[in-house]
Amino acid sequence: MAMSVDLPPTRPASAARRPGFLSRLFAEYGQEIVVLAAIVVLFIVVTMVNPRFISANNLTTIFAGNAYIAVAAIGMSMVIVTGNIDVSVGALIGVLATISGTLAVAGYPVWVAWFFPVLVGMAIMGVQGVLVAYARIPSIVVTLGAMSILRGGLISVTGGTWISGLPSEFLLAQQRWFGVPSPIVMMVVLTVLAFLWMRYSAFGRSLYAVGGNPEAALATGIPIERRIVAVFVIHGAFAGLATILFATQLQVIQSTVPPNLELTVITASVIGGVSILGGSGTVIGSTLATILFAAIGSALIFVNVSAYWLRAVIGLLILATVLADMMRRRGKA
Amino acid sequence: MTAPFVTMTGMSKSFVGVKVLKDVDFDVRPGEVHALLGENGAGKSTLIKMLSGLYTPDAGTITVNGEAMKFSSTRDATAAGIATVYQELLLFPELTVAENVFLGHYPRTAGGWIDWAEVRARTRDLLDQLDTFDLDVDTKVLALSVAQRQRVEIAKALSKNAKILIMDEPTASLVEADVQRLMQVVRQLRERGVGIVYVSHRMPEIFALADRVTVLRDGAHVGTRAIGEVDERELVSMMVGRPIDSLFPKTEAAIGETVLEVRNLNHGRHVRDISFSLRRGEILGIAGLVGSGRTELALTLFGMTPATSGEIVMEGRPVRITSPRQARDLGIAYVPEDRGLQGLVKPMAIRKNVSMATIERVSSGIFIKPAAEARRAVDAVKRLSIRCRDIGQPVGELSGGNQQKVVIAKWLETSPKVLILDEPTRGVDVGAKAEIHTIMGELVKQGVAVIMISSELPEVLGMSDRVLVMSGGAITGEIDRADATPERVGAAMTAHRVQANGTGEAA
Repeated sequence: MAMSVDLPPTRPASAARRPGFLSRLFAEYGQEIVVLAAIVVLFIVVTMVNPRFISANNLTTIFAGNAYIAVAAIGMSMVIVTGNIDVSVGALIGVLATISGTLAVAGYPVWVAWFFPVLVGMAIMGVQGVLVAYARIPSIVVTLGAMSILRGGLISVTGGTWISGLPSEFLLAQQRWFGVPSPIVMMVVLTVLAFLWMRYSAFGRSLYAVGGNPEAALATGIPIERRIVAVFVIHGAFAGLATILFATQLQVIQSTVPPNLELTVITASVIGGVSILGGSGTVIGSTLATILFAAIGSALIFVNVSAYWLRAVIGLLILATVLADMMRRRGKA
Repeated sequence: MTAPFVTMTGMSKSFVGVKVLKDVDFDVRPGEVHALLGENGAGKSTLIKMLSGLYTPDAGTITVNGEAMKFSSTRDATAAGIATVYQELLLFPELTVAENVFLGHYPRTAGGWIDWAEVRARTRDLLDQLDTFDLDVDTKVLALSVAQRQRVEIAKALSKNAKILIMDEPTASLVEADVQRLMQVVRQLRERGVGIVYVSHRMPEIFALADRVTVLRDGAHVGTRAIGEVDERELVSMMVGRPIDSLFPKTEAAIGETVLEVRNLNHGRHVRDISFSLRRGEILGIAGLVGSGRTELALTLFGMTPATSGEIVMEGRPVRITSPRQARDLGIAYVPEDRGLQGLVKPMAIRKNVSMATIERVSSGIFIKPAAEARRAVDAVKRLSIRCRDIGQPVGELSGGNQQKVVIAKWLETSPKVLILDEPTRGVDVGAKAEIHTIMGELVKQGVAVIMISSELPEVLGMSDRVLVMSGGAITGEIDRADATPERVGAAMTAHRVQANGTGEAA
């Protein structure tokens, strides 16, 4: 090559190659592997103490009962990857569940009761995305405002009553598909699809660029405002899908916001390896982290420890994960 | 001849296995200005950070007044009489001048309270010693100019009874009048017996101020000379390690038809009525002081700050450029001044950074083809000799020069017709610098038109076919390679007063 003539000869030849499979796996999915290992260890240990832990009944509770959190965490992970955050998702799911139940009781076809809230979720999140991207208000401020509006509005309108008399065909989360509880199927399918899309689509890649360095993304021709609005709309769609699973699991819907739901969802993303600073993480991680919490919560009961310890354990996990992330970043700086 | 106040012997330091300083000796005598010279990455800042206590050496000794010292913090160095005026001034904008000067060592009253009267009086006294009578000690620092803040920093150093003052690129962001004033302050300090370590790239200042000069290259000590024994040519060749004519490997490329034409372009105060044309195979250098509007012009051409009036004609077609995306699609590429800020996503792999501007070329439908993407990245790494572990390595782990080559690689993927390079070799070591110049030569041979913005006059003169000089947001000179001398370019760089009278009223 003509160019090599003038290059100083003292320099070693370049390692122009693709990295090996294993090193790539650990470099890219380190946190996911750690969480998966934690789940496996937890199951083995708790089952040795109390074999009923691994019964089909308990597993269904763990996986199906928390699938809606995992689905909401998919959208949340995308938002956090772009360097933003959303604290309104818990309130939003409460509002959407109430809309869904009201429509079902009013006699609308069940698919309307299921999917109309998805559209509402996309619209509400879209508005928030516009405020973040174009009005340049920090996402924590926009979504805090939205949280108050949605939460206050919901209680004012419904007075916190329960919606009952839901038609049985509305209760999607109680169905089984191919012999598997439907929430588990949805959680797995949505996680895999979202993962592949984040990993292999040009759009997904651009989200990592926007979160990793918005200035550079802009200077490379990525329209960062449009990407941020889009990611909020998609997050709204996942919140809507999570609502379907949440609202259809019981015979009644309580018209209030599930306490701390937004924090649980954010925590799942963070412990799953999504950097709170943006730019890295996968939805496989957030789904695994959701399963890990659910399993820890259940395990505490099976080994006779007060379930209140769950919060404390999760708190420790958050700090440990963020600390590890900061140390990784410092190493690379 | 007086004995040195500070002597550093055999200083060595490694970072993550890379030796950045190898067995360097350095000393400073009371009442002298000792200039420290070297290219970016030569080890100057590492050396002065050891002297100021920020870094601990791996090997080597520091003696102050004949006594061996171990600095484990800047506090230790300050106590030994060594103070630093940093390039990025470390003052608290919300505090007053007096509060800043004595921050951390406020004089106390008998009762243990801060003696504010004393703080203000002593600050006044220190500023007067620096001939800075016009600065009120009760002004908040945020209201001061860069030059004024610098004098506050110097007063702060003197308040700690500094015997040695380290000045890291003190004139880098000053305008000419302030440079003269600063040099006066430096001479006064020298007369009072303060020893000054003066780090600067600017040869005229070094010859005007320094008593001795030490040159570092690639972390090693090249030589220490009395200023009377050397000339500029010799210093430069000591810095780069070879005769200076081979510094800029200018290759002859055939200059073709006009590809970009700009007429009466305006944006804000910094891009005023700019007109020029650019041809295939040409390197157009843009010279000018910091703040002359060079970068602003590039940002306007690239659509980051779209032009408010004027015309851009690309290959004969008038175009309006309002976003970087549009500029990119027209065949304009911009390698930014600050690669960390605007060029790279540092935690991301080389592979992903290289494909960032051209993701659709390695995709089919909505999905990226990883093999195609990897192939292009491997190819770029080979062609530009990017030194890395593999293409999966995060770019943040690479050296400055290799990071810069990744940014260039990213833009070469777009097959640009016009490549704008803003300070392409800033913060890049000597070897990589030559490689980047070679790459530029290769590109113009292939018919790319290059606009190179540089603060380094030798680089502008060495690489450009034509030089545009900017000052005060306007073009103050257009000089062909054959006529481009440091004097002519330098004169045009400071010609803004004339220009400002002419166009300033209208703007």
